[in-house]
Amino acid sequence: MGRPVRGPALAGMAIVLAALGCAFLAPYLAPYNPTAASFAAVLRPPSHAHPFGTDQLGRDVLSRVIFGARIALLVGIVTVVVAGLVGCSLGLASGYFGGWCDAVIMRVADVQLSFPFILLALTINAIIGAGLRNIIASLVIAGWPLYVRVVRGEVLALRNREYVQAAVATGAAVGRIILRHVLPNVTTPIIVISTLQVSQFIIAEATISFLGFGIQPPAAAWGTMVADGRNYIFFAWWLSAFPGAALALTALGVNLTGDWLRDTLDPRLRT
Amino acid sequence: MTRYLVARVLQAVIAVFFALTAVFFLVRITGDPVILFLPLDVQPKDITEFRHLLGFDQPVWVQYGTFLGRALHGDFGASLRYRAPALPLVLQRFPATVKLAVVSLALVAAGAVPIGVVSASHRGSLVDTLGIAVTALGQAVPGFWLGLMLIWIFGVWLRWFPVSGYGDWTHFVLPALTLAAFYAAQIARVTRSAVLDALGQDYVRTARAKGMSEPNVLARHVLKNAAIPVVTVFGLNAGQLLGGAVVTETIFAWPGLGGYILNALLGRDFPVVMVGVLFTSLIYVTMNFLVDLSYLWLNPQVRYG
Repeated sequence: MGRPVRGPALAGMAIVLAALGCAFLAPYLAPYNPTAASFAAVLRPPSHAHPFGTDQLGRDVLSRVIFGARIALLVGIVTVVVAGLVGCSLGLASGYFGGWCDAVIMRVADVQLSFPFILLALTINAIIGAGLRNIIASLVIAGWPLYVRVVRGEVLALRNREYVQAAVATGAAVGRIILRHVLPNVTTPIIVISTLQVSQFIIAEATISFLGFGIQPPAAAWGTMVADGRNYIFFAWWLSAFPGAALALTALGVNLTGDWLRDTLDPRLRT
Repeated sequence: MTRYLVARVLQAVIAVFFALTAVFFLVRITGDPVILFLPLDVQPKDITEFRHLLGFDQPVWVQYGTFLGRALHGDFGASLRYRAPALPLVLQRFPATVKLAVVSLALVAAGAVPIGVVSASHRGSLVDTLGIAVTALGQAVPGFWLGLMLIWIFGVWLRWFPVSGYGDWTHFVLPALTLAAFYAAQIARVTRSAVLDALGQDYVRTARAKGMSEPNVLARHVLKNAAIPVVTVFGLNAGQLLGGAVVTETIFAWPGLGGYILNALLGRDFPVVMVGVLFTSLIYVTMNFLVDLSYLWLNPQVRYG
């Protein structure tokens, strides 16, 4: 942990903290109710009363952007945790036990990886239906193979190390060996990938919602808001500009933080 | 080498087969789509008849057997929406996507690689800092939003380029930029770190020590050695580009494969979805294969037994 936090990393963490603040304190920070329509003030450009303007139903765009942080971060974090748990468990099993267990898991992962991630998540979402829970499910189903690949590779390298062999020789239970001797040594790559995956999942969720699957209106999700704004791009740029900028900024913050974590924890992974 | 080739082709065929199988059953979990393709005032008798005509009244296993049998002969059934064979319908959309992808990849190669090389060879300079900032931003900006903002700035505000459709070169500018941006950022980053890595090697020090000029060192020793990671990411992304094409083609009303597959998914036009899956996985698997083969040329140490 020798690396000081400054420059881009500091900016990244500040952005992440700001996004988290928006998500937790949305009701206190938002100047208006994000779902309250006001037909007296439809499609108003940015002004003093509405810094980000109002949308086609007269809802305050700033308030909706602030509330949008909730969905984005919720999806990003929950998906990373679940996909990480599933992927790491399967990766540990695959690498440690080998044999048919490894063969089955890796074939499934290979088939999934022979398909563009976003298209896979989109297809699954089209099949299981829209909504917050389903979009998390489809991102998890599309996202776990990445973890399997990384964790399996690390475990394969670890399995023959002396301390693991020693634990096997002393008759330690398999579960104990995996949890006490193998897992602690793969946590670094897992943490690094997970951070960078948060922004991938947030962008994927927004993309899928933008395309009409995923989160449905009237929920204040950034992707859905940009999709709404698309119809008004010729005369009301603020509808799509602000939620998209919030999305890009959040992804940037997460990426910068992830880069710093990677360089600090594991210089081997630097790309 | 022959054994390796055969094994790789077999692996590819198996992966494509499983992808088709998985999607075949998954789309059918959502139930029978025939009702979507009939008028609202349709009689129950006609629904049954239509369902029978399309084979949706048979058990899923029988449907799957029929599908495989026909697919082996290149028959993927008729599009439920357009009532025409699905394969030619999708093939028709293929050239537009390929053209857009080629232009985008050319943009990526022409833009990202020089940025990465200059950034690395001037490490710590203002150019490097600028390069890092631009690429970090490029990776964070989602494609669908970048596309819309380009439409707003260059189409609505400046009126330089058309905002949708297909035609002369001006129609390519905005979609190709949108599609290229994310990959360009990624390739620039990979190039920078690969070049930095190569610059730190002993053979570079030797080359400098014997008095070779810096441009010569870069051209002869650094670039070829830095190429492997760049080619890997480049090749893998060429496949991912198809995913990006879905978004880009939708925004710009581009008459390509991506937008067509998306509409088939939305409209539950199963035969078209299947052909789309087939194409996507084929392209993807082929790209991975070409990446592996390119190592043979880039690095004489690589041998496939």
